[in-house]
Amino acid sequence: MRNITRISRLVLASLLLMAAATSAMAAASEADFKTAYAAAETANKEAGALRDQWTVTATALAAAKKAADAGDFDTGVSQSREAEALAKASIFQATSEKDAWKDRAIR
Amino acid sequence: MASTIRVRATSSGDTTEVQALIQHPMDSGFVKDAKGEIIPPHFIQQLTFEHDGKSVFVANWGTAVSKDPYVKFSFKGGNKGDDLKISWVDNKGASDTTTAKIL
Amino acid sequence: MRSAIHFASAALALAALASVAAPPALAADTPNPAADARAFQKYFIDKFPKLKLADFVNGPYSLNEDMHKQWEEKEQFPPYEFSLDMGKEMFSKPFKNGKSYADCFPNKGIGIRQDYPYFDDKEGKVVTLELALNRCRVANGEAPFSYVKDEMAALTAYMAFTSRGKPFDIKIPNDPRALEAYENGKRYFYTRRGQLNFSCASCHVQNPGERIRAEILAPALGILNAMPIYRSEWGGMGTISRRFTTCNVQTRGVPLDPQSDEYRDLEYYLSYVSNGLPISGPGARP
Repeated sequence: MRNITRISRLVLASLLLMAAATSAMAAASEADFKTAYAAAETANKEAGALRDQWTVTATALAAAKKAADAGDFDTGVSQSREAEALAKASIFQATSEKDAWKDRAIR
Repeated sequence: MASTIRVRATSSGDTTEVQALIQHPMDSGFVKDAKGEIIPPHFIQQLTFEHDGKSVFVANWGTAVSKDPYVKFSFKGGNKGDDLKISWVDNKGASDTTTAKIL
Repeated sequence: MRSAIHFASAALALAALASVAAPPALAADTPNPAADARAFQKYFIDKFPKLKLADFVNGPYSLNEDMHKQWEEKEQFPPYEFSLDMGKEMFSKPFKNGKSYADCFPNKGIGIRQDYPYFDDKEGKVVTLELALNRCRVANGEAPFSYVKDEMAALTAYMAFTSRGKPFDIKIPNDPRALEAYENGKRYFYTRRGQLNFSCASCHVQNPGERIRAEILAPALGILNAMPIYRSEWGGMGTISRRFTTCNVQTRGVPLDPQSDEYRDLEYYLSYVSNGLPISGPGARP
């Protein structure tokens, strides 16, 4: 029980920290969003060419678009960055798997 | 259209074992379709097995029974070659009936 | 708090899955499908010494005694029966132009499931049964079916049913393109993808017989012999295309289009390494 309290305290503290960090930043503009979103889309297209897109990337992209459409560019930018990071991770996966699969094949 | 009811009834002396599979969506009314709209409830309300003019098994079903339900039970009596009549009625008033021979 | 526990157990499950992978020997560079198939079958035979080769087509039901009992009961009254009847009816019903499915296939489409997929040297690509069925429809002026369920599952269920017991007989002709298709399928099978970083082999080679949540993982050997299947989890029938796309989604990968080149090649590879095992479809799985 004590552990749980400690964890929730930690979570609360980090949430507060994050909130403080976001409010300290200047609000993102539509231009910021467009740049971040385009970068994420480019990375995801590259993952598509490698035939290894992730569903979570698409989810983050959709969330970014939805937030931006509602005028919330802060969320739009952060979700775009999330999507870009995920897309880049999938590119990394596809690239490192290019030869790695051979070691797994039964022979 | 083929019947929605599959039955197999086998007699083993004094008891008859019955298995039945019924094709029915059994929509609970709590599920949404791809467009996010509720699929209206559509389920079998009563299922009856009759042997020799008498009901040997009656089930009053609701939405908690899953799609394409399967039933297995046995009853006392029933001889090889006897008829077993199976019927169901759903909440939209649709129904189906079939008669099977006891093996 | 609940989600924290979930997360922890998911992490544990992943760790358990990852640790089982045995490092195989060094890769040989020239593809040798015949040797691959021998090694593939030997791997599973060694892993499950109690099983006969033909038992593998029954997937998890051969690996667990309790499930085997359930399966025997189920097979007396199989849930795929409605689909099978629908498939039989559809198969015999002529198209608007008077022709039928039988006109598109050798031996009028009866007892030929074990020969699919095959390598078509005119097209230079692998042709699966599902693809051939839709091409047959389009060639006769009918709209193609969805690849994943319902009608397509019913048709393939009927075609598999008429081929039950016949051993998979996939051929790789002496054509570099056929060998390339086979190799591409093999690569797809062993390549990790999706956010969860799973390959097909992570579950179906390294962990068959183990549980993933409440399910028992099926061995890759013989997995396609039972297709199409009635999955209780799906509440309906699914084709090979459905199996491939949902597997991808479950590892959080965006699935490819059904019958895209990669999936065709994958089916080619997986069917080839199960050569000699009997067709058992349509099947039923929990």
